[in-house]
Amino acid sequence: MTDFLTFVREHADKLLEQTLTHIGLTAVSLLLALLLGVPLGILISRRSRLAGSVLGIAGVLQTVPSVALLGFLIPVLGIGVGPALMALFLYALLPIIRNTYVGITEVDASVKEAARGIGMTNRQVLTKVELPLALPVIFAGVRTATVINVGVATLAAYVAAGGLGEFIFSGIALSNVNMMMAGAIPAALLAIGFDVALASLQRLSVRKLRIGAVAFIALMPFLSAFYWLPIQQDKLIAGFAHEFYGRADGYPGLQKTYGLNLHPRLIDQNLMYEAIRSGQVDIISGYSTDGRIQAFDLLVLADNRHAFPPYDAAPMVRQVTLNRFPELGQTLNLLAGKLTDSVMTALNYQVDYEKQSPESVARTFLTRVGLYKRPEPRQRSETVVMGSKVFTEQYILAEIYRQLIEGQTSLRVVTKTGLGGTQICFDALRTGAIDFYPEYTGTGLLVILQPSAHTLANLSMQSDSIYDYVQHQFHQQYQLNWLKPLGFNNSYCLMMRRDQAKQLGIKTIEDLVNYMER
Amino acid sequence: MIEIRNLTKRFASYTAVFDLSLTIAQGETLVLLGTSGCGKTTTLKMVNRLIEPTSGSIRVDGVDVMKQAAFELRRRIGYVIQDGGLFPHYTVAEAIATVPKLLDWGPEMIRERTNELINKLRLPQTLLARYPAELSGGQRQRVGLARALAVRPSIVLMDEPFGALDPFTRRQVRRELFGLNELRETTVVLVTHDVSEALELADRIALMDAGRIVQVATPDALLTSPASDFVRDFLDDKPHRLHD
Repeated sequence: MTDFLTFVREHADKLLEQTLTHIGLTAVSLLLALLLGVPLGILISRRSRLAGSVLGIAGVLQTVPSVALLGFLIPVLGIGVGPALMALFLYALLPIIRNTYVGITEVDASVKEAARGIGMTNRQVLTKVELPLALPVIFAGVRTATVINVGVATLAAYVAAGGLGEFIFSGIALSNVNMMMAGAIPAALLAIGFDVALASLQRLSVRKLRIGAVAFIALMPFLSAFYWLPIQQDKLIAGFAHEFYGRADGYPGLQKTYGLNLHPRLIDQNLMYEAIRSGQVDIISGYSTDGRIQAFDLLVLADNRHAFPPYDAAPMVRQVTLNRFPELGQTLNLLAGKLTDSVMTALNYQVDYEKQSPESVARTFLTRVGLYKRPEPRQRSETVVMGSKVFTEQYILAEIYRQLIEGQTSLRVVTKTGLGGTQICFDALRTGAIDFYPEYTGTGLLVILQPSAHTLANLSMQSDSIYDYVQHQFHQQYQLNWLKPLGFNNSYCLMMRRDQAKQLGIKTIEDLVNYMER
Repeated sequence: MIEIRNLTKRFASYTAVFDLSLTIAQGETLVLLGTSGCGKTTTLKMVNRLIEPTSGSIRVDGVDVMKQAAFELRRRIGYVIQDGGLFPHYTVAEAIATVPKLLDWGPEMIRERTNELINKLRLPQTLLARYPAELSGGQRQRVGLARALAVRPSIVLMDEPFGALDPFTRRQVRRELFGLNELRETTVVLVTHDVSEALELADRIALMDAGRIVQVATPDALLTSPASDFVRDFLDDKPHRLHD
């Protein structure tokens, strides 16, 4: 609890900014939904034949999972405010259209007839009778839409549109509960706050509600304005993955080593590359063996001061498993040194861009290095469970391991791909849910071991020394074994579009810092 | 004056009113009497064009109703329905001011007329700020009538105006209302299925059945010389009608 309060205090500025952005996002999308939804609701209350199809379409939009909706919108609207606002707008539509429609059609028929009978025109019947009487129902719809939007707005953090989702997703990526809570609690409070405020507005008498409605609508652009507060803009815009932004060996490490000071936009790591390609951001974080470096013609900025520790990949195996299946260790070590940086980048490229399956890429690779054996058909009673994280490289490694083990041994391999992050993989391994997975030395050092600053300062940031240190520590502390490194170093890196970097004369991170300070 | 000539209204599945002709004199109170579904309400609503006739014509004060804008026609014809037809979000004062406002009366004129009406209808001044939900049934009905009479229309249409009231209140309210001088000078067309109400209020009764008028006559004439067995039965039936 004190940790949490400390976290909140330390990040108060950021938290306020995120909250305001969050309110802004909700308000803008709600305003747009009101502008379209209320007239549309009125229209379908007049043309009941349209009602079915309009409500149907809005209903279908409502059922699209929010992440999928963002996925559909990104190719059209790019990254940032556009898709986030559009998604929120679409979600808010249904409750507003439906409640406007229901509110109007449920006004007592005799009241409507009386209104016409005493000589009101159709417009007067609408504005003086139907809309005022439908207001409480319309408000109930606005209330539903608002609460939905406060929740969905957290997903804006996936597409660099900010909001409280930044803390939530960074917190999840980093297994940092305090950070997660610092996003989730204000988001929940916002939802409750809006709900209570609108509920009390809804309970007002019809006359006061009219005043309330005007006040609410007048307040909307004001709340929306939070979103357009001037945000600090750098000469070059950085888009970082949530994990990179928070991890000690990511952006904080860069700040410490180079004094780099950016105002990065946080974005889902898979969308980051699309963002830099389309020029919406200029610098991204990434991994040095990513296939997209080749595909999008990106330049990896040289880390001349070694801010990023080496990330040599090697399988990490439970000691228990090794004792039980000695042949597993020998088999896994067959790959030692076979996968260099360029080989791994090429494999990633084949899967990500040539759309080959990890399975066929793995087989081609194993065949080329002479390690492929067709698995003998035999009874496989012994099972090893392999884990992998959720990105292409790990999928390929998992496939290589599976084919290698099943070709060389009589073990059966069960794969658990899709373990969300380092902490999750490590916990799964330690508890025995999985037997081994490919890990990176730098990650093991900084995410799991987290040595003191003093110890770190004494470590030489060379591949060999880090590997030795990590291997030793893991064995001692957790009875986990690092087998021989595969040969590539998938370290964190910063990258830019090659043509832009060339034009600005930026080759190293130091060049970048100098350019930004100029 | 209302002149109805050869009025017919067909709906998709049935004919509600068939070849109906009727003249209602200025200042007269005419009651359209009949069972549910006999076409009396349809006839009434064609006068202020809430329903458009299939054929035939209606002239109000000499002008064909189809030749004028429906909303302008309706503003000149008072309209009272069951339970008043009041808007739940309008206070009594606002309700009475509704039609005058549609006709752009000044506030001073509206205030004078409102006071005049609530005095005549014996509604207390304190009621002006109340909403319909806070009124008794009899009060709602009076406010409904006040709204209909506000701009002194020459014609008032009433569709089962006392239908929502209990028998005691109903007798009281209608005696009071029809005692008003205002209403005496006005042409009233009233729809009801209540024989005693018809007999009490009407100058003439038009008894309807299956979309046609069976007989039009003063209450006395109707009782003394019914045109058919149907008329006699309908009027005789009075003591046995359970749902009055």
